[in-house]
Amino acid sequence: MSAVSAELKLPSVRDVLGRSDYAIISQLVEPNTRVLDVGCGEGELLHWLALHKGVDARGVEIVGSKVQRAIARGVSVYQGDIDQGLADYPDDAFDYVILSQTLQEVRKPLKVLKEMLRVSQRAIVAFPNFGHWTVRLSHLWSGRAPQTKLFPHDWFDSPNIHFLTIHDFEALASREHWTVERAIYLSGDTSVRIFPNLMAEVGVFVVRK
Amino acid sequence: MIVETQIVRFDSLPLDCGVILAPVDVAYETYGELNAAGSNAILLLHAFSGDAHAAGISHDGGKPGWWDNMVGPGKAFDTTKYFVICSNVLGGCKGTTGPASINPETGRPYGMSFPVISISDMVRLQKKLVNHLGISRLLAVAGGSMGGMQVLEWAVAYPESVACVIPIATTSRHSAQQIAFNEVGRQAIMADPDWCEGDYYDKKPPARGLSVARMVGHITYMSDDSMREKFGRRFRTQEPLPDFSSVFEVESYLRYRGSQFVDRFDANSYLYITKAMDLFDITNGHGSLPVALERTQSRFLVISFTSDWLYPTYQSLEIVSALRGRNRDVAFCELQSNYGHDAFLVDVGEQTDLIRGFLSSTYRERVARAS
Repeated sequence: MSAVSAELKLPSVRDVLGRSDYAIISQLVEPNTRVLDVGCGEGELLHWLALHKGVDARGVEIVGSKVQRAIARGVSVYQGDIDQGLADYPDDAFDYVILSQTLQEVRKPLKVLKEMLRVSQRAIVAFPNFGHWTVRLSHLWSGRAPQTKLFPHDWFDSPNIHFLTIHDFEALASREHWTVERAIYLSGDTSVRIFPNLMAEVGVFVVRK
Repeated sequence: MIVETQIVRFDSLPLDCGVILAPVDVAYETYGELNAAGSNAILLLHAFSGDAHAAGISHDGGKPGWWDNMVGPGKAFDTTKYFVICSNVLGGCKGTTGPASINPETGRPYGMSFPVISISDMVRLQKKLVNHLGISRLLAVAGGSMGGMQVLEWAVAYPESVACVIPIATTSRHSAQQIAFNEVGRQAIMADPDWCEGDYYDKKPPARGLSVARMVGHITYMSDDSMREKFGRRFRTQEPLPDFSSVFEVESYLRYRGSQFVDRFDANSYLYITKAMDLFDITNGHGSLPVALERTQSRFLVISFTSDWLYPTYQSLEIVSALRGRNRDVAFCELQSNYGHDAFLVDVGEQTDLIRGFLSSTYRERVARAS
């Protein structure tokens, strides 16, 4: 596994996309490739990738109003459920499948990850790190379900149904024999180099079968 | 925008049934200007009872087009940007050759001697028109309901001739329920003694049968919600009496729409066109939907509506699923509407945003590729 990539420019597209994981993902994707963004929201990332990197951009999103805005942006988005949304695609249909800030919300994360690696050469997965020190402290001090900047929801209305840490994801990748091509750890706009499981708010992984 | 329907005559058209129809007239309208590269042309395909008059105000009757809310300057099909074409379908009664046209061999209207036509015959004729207008590749082909079936046929039959396609509230083939409703309409017409085996052109037309057929049609175009909202249980007459003289508003509306239809539609066209819809199956000759759609090269935007029970979302999803299975470029959205199947004609706000964005990104790509 490679360490934090020093050659990555830090958020060049943050102004456009407003999220540091998008800024990294937009740099990880090679030009003129086929990209599927699962849980693509309003298609901002795909739109940017299509415009600036000439990618063949597709998306899956469940919320109708977001699908409408994505299509109105000119991005080919399919309105459907992520847990089943990948089943129709043939094997190796894409060069990259992106799952950004959504893994913790899907019902069957392992099934989704396996499907991603079936339909694509590479999966780019970004998720909030439940191992971040603020989460640990919040839980330790309050004795209640943690509420932090990263996980702001009350337990009863949180969209998050799986709470994973960077170590958890690495363990799963190793168990499934996936190759982690890159791992980037982010805190705000900056990359984290030491103790990522404690210090990183978000982990971005590029994995291959 | 005052518009006028034009007519072009072609020597002949070979039909799927083996007959060569000759000659064939096509009624059409155009809006906007074709650009120098010929790359901004959009063909609109009307639904069952539509015609070539899609937009603007007709110069004779002063009537707005059937998709006037979607076609025009600044609208979804922006005529300041695109060159938009719409023609009346083969078998129709609004200027294109159909059963009411004169058979040159007999000097009398075809009636039931008109050959059985198909959706692909309609599309073959549209291709002739598009060629005649000097367009080799359309930017888009779009339409709802039966128009959507023609859209699918375009994408499969002429994959290189259209950059993107927009099938709305449609299906790759009719279900038993859809065939059943059409059959009720046909039987209503044929049961009318004035139908005379289709030979009524110099007599009284089968007005009662045709208007009942239209009444059934209108019920299927609306939804339970939209009918409740529009009519509820309100009476037309002020004091409802317990007899047949009392008329619910919904009854009065259906009768009005039925009788109005008789003035503008030919009963034999009703028979021929509904039959073409029922017999349409895009998988014919291909074996399966994925195999049929694998031929396509266009970008797809598939739209359905939540309350459309005549062409339910599952039928759109079958198309979308087959396209994704062959890794074709497809966008799909089910829009929220209470208007039932009519939504694509009347509830056009969100549909406009989708189509505008989809068209402009396709057009941008096309211009970028050409330069």
